Amino acid sequence: MTRVEPRNILLFGLVAILFIGTGMMQSWNSALGIFNMGLVSAIMALGVNMQWGYAGLFNVGIVGFTALGGLAAVLVSMPPVPEAWAAGGPRILLALLAGAATIAGAIVVWTRLPRGWVRVVAMLAVLIAGYVIYRAIFDPARDAIESVDPALTGYLGGLGLPVVLAWPVGGLFAAGAAWIVGKVALGLRSDYLAIATLGIAEIIIAVLKNEDWLGRGVKNVTGLPRPVPYEIDLQQAEWFIALSDRIGANVVSFSSIFVKLSYAGLFIVVILALIWLSQMALNSPWGRMMRAIRDNEVSASAMGKNVTRRHLQIFILGSAVCGLAGAMMTTLDGQLVPSSYNPLRFTFLVWVMVIVGGSGNNWGAVLGGFLIWWLWIMVEPMGLALLEFVTSGMAADNPLREHLIDSAAHMRLLTMGIFLLVMLRFAPRGLIPEK
Amino acid sequence: MDLLNAIVVLANFVIVPATAYGAQLALGALGVTLIYGILRFSNFAHGDTMAFGAMVTILVTWGLQGAGVSLGPLPTALLALPVGIAVTALLLIGTDRVVYRFYRAQKAKPVIYVIASLGVMFIMNGLVRFIIGVGDQRFADGERFIVSARNFQSLTGLDEGLAIRTSQGITLVTAILVVIALFWFLNRTRTGKSMRAFSDNEDLALLSGINPERVVLITWIIVAALATTAGVLYGLDKSFKPFTYFQLLLPIFASAIVGGLGNPVGAIAGGFVIAFSEISVTYAFRRVAGHVLPEDWMPEGLMQLLSTDYKFAVSFGILLIVLLFRPTGLFRGKAV
Repeated sequence: MTRVEPRNILLFGLVAILFIGTGMMQSWNSALGIFNMGLVSAIMALGVNMQWGYAGLFNVGIVGFTALGGLAAVLVSMPPVPEAWAAGGPRILLALLAGAATIAGAIVVWTRLPRGWVRVVAMLAVLIAGYVIYRAIFDPARDAIESVDPALTGYLGGLGLPVVLAWPVGGLFAAGAAWIVGKVALGLRSDYLAIATLGIAEIIIAVLKNEDWLGRGVKNVTGLPRPVPYEIDLQQAEWFIALSDRIGANVVSFSSIFVKLSYAGLFIVVILALIWLSQMALNSPWGRMMRAIRDNEVSASAMGKNVTRRHLQIFILGSAVCGLAGAMMTTLDGQLVPSSYNPLRFTFLVWVMVIVGGSGNNWGAVLGGFLIWWLWIMVEPMGLALLEFVTSGMAADNPLREHLIDSAAHMRLLTMGIFLLVMLRFAPRGLIPEK
Repeated sequence: MDLLNAIVVLANFVIVPATAYGAQLALGALGVTLIYGILRFSNFAHGDTMAFGAMVTILVTWGLQGAGVSLGPLPTALLALPVGIAVTALLLIGTDRVVYRFYRAQKAKPVIYVIASLGVMFIMNGLVRFIIGVGDQRFADGERFIVSARNFQSLTGLDEGLAIRTSQGITLVTAILVVIALFWFLNRTRTGKSMRAFSDNEDLALLSGINPERVVLITWIIVAALATTAGVLYGLDKSFKPFTYFQLLLPIFASAIVGGLGNPVGAIAGGFVIAFSEISVTYAFRRVAGHVLPEDWMPEGLMQLLSTDYKFAVSFGILLIVLLFRPTGLFRGKAV
């Protein structure tokens, strides 16, 4: 392995001080909460860093891949709803199969028939007929499923498996979506990939919000099974009471900290494994090839490298990591709330993390993830304090003052934008630059 | 008679709204395409530029309404529009000075500009939310309808009504005026010609003595005018909500790409293609069919291809089709 630079240790140390400071000033509980989301953010940043830092691909659909991971958590871990399956489960599967067959049929028609208007008409005919059949099978099944106890279920439920299994599944879902986007948009201008990913993300979110049979839509799925014990159980367990007595802590507050620590432990295992894998990949011949392609596509393709294929590969890998992080985040929250997937909060914030941390450097992405997440949480109270200080000379019921203080929550977008622009201009290689 | 009723329903729910929406998208896409042609990057801050321009106009409109100024049947916002354009132009020129000019001097890769535009987007979005908040704002006043459904029914004796809102009429008229002015400027004036030359071949344009900074400056002013107008018209027609403007980014980019990035005629055509497909795919044709088909032929469903929640899927679908089959767009844009 390579030598560790003292500067980088210092940077990580500073970020650690930020978190420890939060723990001492506010509470360890909230510091750990921020830390856990920081771990998830760092994994997202790792995924985006693979695409941008290794290959120069510009993905602005992170929110969509994250949401797919969240859906995976529901589909894997929630108990199945037998009544809903009886009402229309097989029929829904049949409909989806019919939909897939339609697309496959259209592709076959397009590739097999000779060029000309016959081909266009035939493909359109296949698509339209297929769509009508799909809707005819799908609509009754959907209505049947959604009418099964809509206040509590109204969806098919999941497989009832341990939620940790959902993490790789989330990665697979995201990889599938990335394959479709990449197939279409890679090999064209870089901007096109950006716009295509922006689009797929909007659609994934729309599907999550509206397909109630799949993930309950805006009714949300709550109470996802946990990979770690519940606070209530801990508070009654003999060994736990003894443990908290031994360190002299309040059982209730320590149980909540213990749960957060368990999550942190699981997440740290995942992130270390990912960093190890990405470092190995980056320093392997494959990683050198990727960087060669990034730095000069023309000469890499002259050396016989298939640039578009390699781009597709890394695009799928990076998106899968985002999906994994999305599944982990939903596990941590214990619920899937489709309306919370805001592109400004996910996609663009992760970009700020990568750019600030250091594109092309895995440790940089991780550092950026922690630092920017901490700032994202902390800028709001800081902005409020600042505005209160600035307006302290005004009367308490001054409308300007009230407006400013009400708007403090929006300071964070402004601040993040300024961070991004300042870093991009004065330190474009980030806090921990690529070697 | 029944066929006429069917046409009226179709006009009321599809053709009129889609025309207005198409004109708004076309104005937005023209801005995107101009930036792409001159500055050579996809500006992700465009939706939020529209929001910013609309916000300034709304604030001035409120001021005018408070002072008792009005345009009679027309919305007061039209009077405030020039102020909105001027402030937005100042903001865009300032952004160019502070952000983009540095990368131009460095001859940075296009994707760096795009990332910089993300930062600008964050800042503009934050500014708009900070100043006016995230909620819905209404600022339309004056006469609501040019033709109201009831008047139309009593005038023609048809069962179905056709309503044309003032905002829709104004949208179309303004869009036509703006487009005529833009094309006159690009094709007939010296500055416009120098802009087109710069867009076609930068090096050749520089050799023939065109001042690039001046071209860029004028581009930003035009973009400010287009974006503010598009934003205000959209806000008058629907309502003003900052997040909706951010979401408009996708249909606007789709319009620009469908038409061919960098090609102004294409941007207009693309805007209407996207608007008409979006509205007709998400419209339930049951009522139209009710007038045309015999009763026992009527299908049971709403005859709606996609629910309106999936309107973004339509822009995206069209975008994918164009990228798959004709990546340069319908009107041969600049780049593949």
